[in-house]
Amino acid sequence: MMLMQTVSMAFKAIRANKARACLTMLGVIIGVMSVVVLVAIGQGTTASVTSSIQSMGTNLLTVSIQTRSSGRFGGFGGFNSSNQRGTVILTTDDVLSWEDSDAVAAVSPTVSGSLTVKAGNVNTSASIMGVLPSYEEIRNQGVSAGRYIIQADVDNRSAVCVVGVDIAQELFGTTDVVDNTLSIDGRKFRIVGVLESKGTSGGTSSDAVVVVPFTLAQRMLENTSITSISVSATDAASVDAAQTYIENYLYRRYQNDSSYSVMNQSEMLSAVEETSSTLSLMLGGIAGISLLVGGIGIMNIMLVSVSERTREIGIRKAVGAKRRDILLQFLVEAVVISGLGGLLGLALGALLMDALEGVLGMTLTMSMGVVQLAVGFSMAVGIVFGLYPAGKASKLRPIEALHYD
Amino acid sequence: MIQMHGIRKEYHMGENVVTALDGVDISIKPREFVSIIGPSGSGKSTLMNIIGCLDVADEGEYLLDGQAIEDYSEDELAVVRSRKIGFVFQQFNLLSKMTAQENVELPLIYQGMRAGKRHRLSEEVLDRVGLLERMDHRPTELSGGQQQRVAIARALVTRPSLILADEPTGNLDSRTGAEIMQMFHELHRAGNTIVLITHDPAIAAQAPRAIHIHDGRVLNPTSESEAIV
Repeated sequence: MMLMQTVSMAFKAIRANKARACLTMLGVIIGVMSVVVLVAIGQGTTASVTSSIQSMGTNLLTVSIQTRSSGRFGGFGGFNSSNQRGTVILTTDDVLSWEDSDAVAAVSPTVSGSLTVKAGNVNTSASIMGVLPSYEEIRNQGVSAGRYIIQADVDNRSAVCVVGVDIAQELFGTTDVVDNTLSIDGRKFRIVGVLESKGTSGGTSSDAVVVVPFTLAQRMLENTSITSISVSATDAASVDAAQTYIENYLYRRYQNDSSYSVMNQSEMLSAVEETSSTLSLMLGGIAGISLLVGGIGIMNIMLVSVSERTREIGIRKAVGAKRRDILLQFLVEAVVISGLGGLLGLALGALLMDALEGVLGMTLTMSMGVVQLAVGFSMAVGIVFGLYPAGKASKLRPIEALHYD
Repeated sequence: MIQMHGIRKEYHMGENVVTALDGVDISIKPREFVSIIGPSGSGKSTLMNIIGCLDVADEGEYLLDGQAIEDYSEDELAVVRSRKIGFVFQQFNLLSKMTAQENVELPLIYQGMRAGKRHRLSEEVLDRVGLLERMDHRPTELSGGQQQRVAIARALVTRPSLILADEPTGNLDSRTGAEIMQMFHELHRAGNTIVLITHDPAIAAQAPRAIHIHDGRVLNPTSESEAIV
């Protein structure tokens, strides 16, 4: 029998029992939809984290000093007490001395944490960064209005700040906020500049930040130790030399290599990519399980269908259908159900992704590989789970099937 | 065209062995119209299944058009049914989700015939049973007599060597039943070989020859011309 004939027969059988076919499909639809959407979210996260890391500049090195206790500010932690036994304390001058190396272009110690920022009656939580002027260049942080933190601000511990666009929008409803005042933790700050927008990464906005002079941040934290340092190498070729230089310096100071870590951008990228590919795989796997459950649903319904249509099978066999014809008929029916479910799942997944893009604030793209995988897998589900019921149907003996009521 | 020798068939029901056919000898010539009559439990259904290649005998020899039907696999039997036998059942056995024409075309689909030729042949036989105008109706939209005529059209469409009718009037009122019997007579005159299985002596008597079966044995194996009713 011709395959086209079988396929059209399958569509007829599905049309004859629409409600049931749709409910059966639902399992596959949900399965495929979740595979596609979850994998896209995983990939979208990777892409946005990767691009935000890349936007920091490829020459960037990040140094973090491990401490045993965490201070008032979270993130990389800070000291509460500067006289812990056996603890080496890095000062601003210590880290600025790295600029003596030809491989190092600029150094900025940083301190960061989350604090409440207030303007008028409006409150919001913001990430506060204490930096040196060189941080602007190290992190490609440019301003869209006003100016960045300058050396005089650092020297005088001036109460000035540069705000991200999100913070400006949230507190003032505009990005035209230069010379306005806001208060951080009860202390008044004059806004001297607005940062260029960098967009969001992985659900957190890099525009929800307030940059203040490093010396002032240190004082606000009652903390003179440095735990986090951003360094830019002279150029991409000297990243390794700069890293070696800094590692040697820190080893001399700490006499071990477990108190600090120096990460370059490619190391950070690969760490992030490794994490997020594991995440994508896990999400895809979970979604795959729901597809499997959908397949079991197909098998269940096909078995019911076979016993309901025993008489039909008997009639078909009486007029000359071979085992293969019956097997193919039911198998094609299962594959058509799962294939249609797969396509519908893709379509619904695309709609859901559109809706989620706004909510998650990331770009979600359906990759061709995932589409092929989802459709292929759903067809395979139809074959695997349709085979048993179809085999059962094909093995019915015509006399018994004919006299079945 | 049908030659049976010493056909035996046993069924195992739990520990009991029921002998359904106990050495049956039958000979039916081409273009003959033969009825097989017997009470229920006589083995006539088993005999019909074997003649119709829905089942194979345990012992004995069955030649259909000179071809020995023994130890055939299910698929080989399906091919024989498809080419040589047209069934007409008491329950009509039409597929309810399909139109009359699609039902008639079903055997041709399994022969692998192209759609164009299928449509032509199915319209031809539906015209012959007087249902050409109703070919797009589903069985549920047709009367019992019309459904049985669709079933006859389905049996005819492959030009089988044998039309095998199992109580074809059993589900019909007597007037419609008479019309259907009339149709069998016409088919017989047109040169078809017909085997009609029934428990009703009045129906059996309409065939030029009746084979009586009782307890798995044929009572009048050699009688070829006169029905003993």
